[in-house]
Amino acid sequence: MATTATMSKAKLWGGGVEPLKASYGKLMMWFFLLSDAFTFSGLLITYAFLRWSAPAYNGDHDAFTFSTEYWPIPEKVYEAFPGFHGVELPLVFVGLMTFILILSSVTMVLAVEAGHRMDKKGVVKWMLWTIIGGFAFLSCQAWEWSHFIEGTDIATIGDVMINGIWTENYEIFGANLRFNQYGPPTFAALFFFITGFHGFHVFSGVVINVIIFFNAANGMYEKRGHYEMVEKVGLYWHFVDLVWVFVFTFFYLI
Amino acid sequence: METATNVTVQPVDKSKIKGIWKIAGYMALITAVEYVFAFAMDAGMLRSTIFVGLTIWKAFFIVSEFMHLGHEVKGLIYSIILPMMFVIWLIVALVNMEGASIKQSRGIVDVERPAVEQMQDE
Repeated sequence: MATTATMSKAKLWGGGVEPLKASYGKLMMWFFLLSDAFTFSGLLITYAFLRWSAPAYNGDHDAFTFSTEYWPIPEKVYEAFPGFHGVELPLVFVGLMTFILILSSVTMVLAVEAGHRMDKKGVVKWMLWTIIGGFAFLSCQAWEWSHFIEGTDIATIGDVMINGIWTENYEIFGANLRFNQYGPPTFAALFFFITGFHGFHVFSGVVINVIIFFNAANGMYEKRGHYEMVEKVGLYWHFVDLVWVFVFTFFYLI
Repeated sequence: METATNVTVQPVDKSKIKGIWKIAGYMALITAVEYVFAFAMDAGMLRSTIFVGLTIWKAFFIVSEFMHLGHEVKGLIYSIILPMMFVIWLIVALVNMEGASIKQSRGIVDVERPAVEQMQDE
């Protein structure tokens, strides 16, 4: 099924089946993604609002240390890489994650393209690569989270509330939802919430991809005569990549 | 009942595949440029603007080419893009103005020197 719809002059919909020259399923996927984009916008607004109303660190970049008093410099927080303990590799791991997700988006495009050509083998092959990419990303995120929660070798001293009692000069390691060693409590809370919400999207994307992979491999779409389902989950998968591009910029770069 | 569908696999259009990888290459390049800015430039309003600009450029590639929106009819393009443009307007308003003004009205001041309260784990 060709999807390159070229607009001829003022061709109005006469009550046929396809408004906007897209099938019902694809159209609904687009509007679902629009509403999902609103949700993520809400989260990013919250993040940016809380961050830009928190005290910033304006001092010397190299002399920076973590404190609960001000917002951390992101590249000082995300500088760990599996197997390189104690080595400062700022943003390298998250760069790898970004690369994996973009690559899995490319393999998804190739799966959709194979579907247009009714190439079952191609669809199955590229869907499998996309699923592998999704799993790789989730594994990376699991490691990143566990490292973030565990923390570094050096504790940050701060005043924290534990079981309703203020504890002064407490040695904080890692992060939880109440306090963290990197910065103000909202820093870790926002990290968990936003990357977690995105990660859950990736997870559901992988689950849907697996279902579509088996359907395609069993020849369901070949019998149906088109691979539109692959296109629909493709839209969702690209959206997940799209959101990550923004999370990457706002959380890790700025 | 098995329906015998005569499915013919169409040949691969090499230029199309090449185009897909080309866009992937562009996106990798933009990300690389972001890294250059992240390490070569000090944080500030200008760097943040560059990052957001490059991100929107990447987003354009994903939405227009990977999600194929650039090849849909105009009505569909606008029904997705217009609401998002209003949201971006809202984001700029809330983040830039509200965040800064809340900070000011609460009397929150930035920190010039790093905190010294840290301890080596033994």
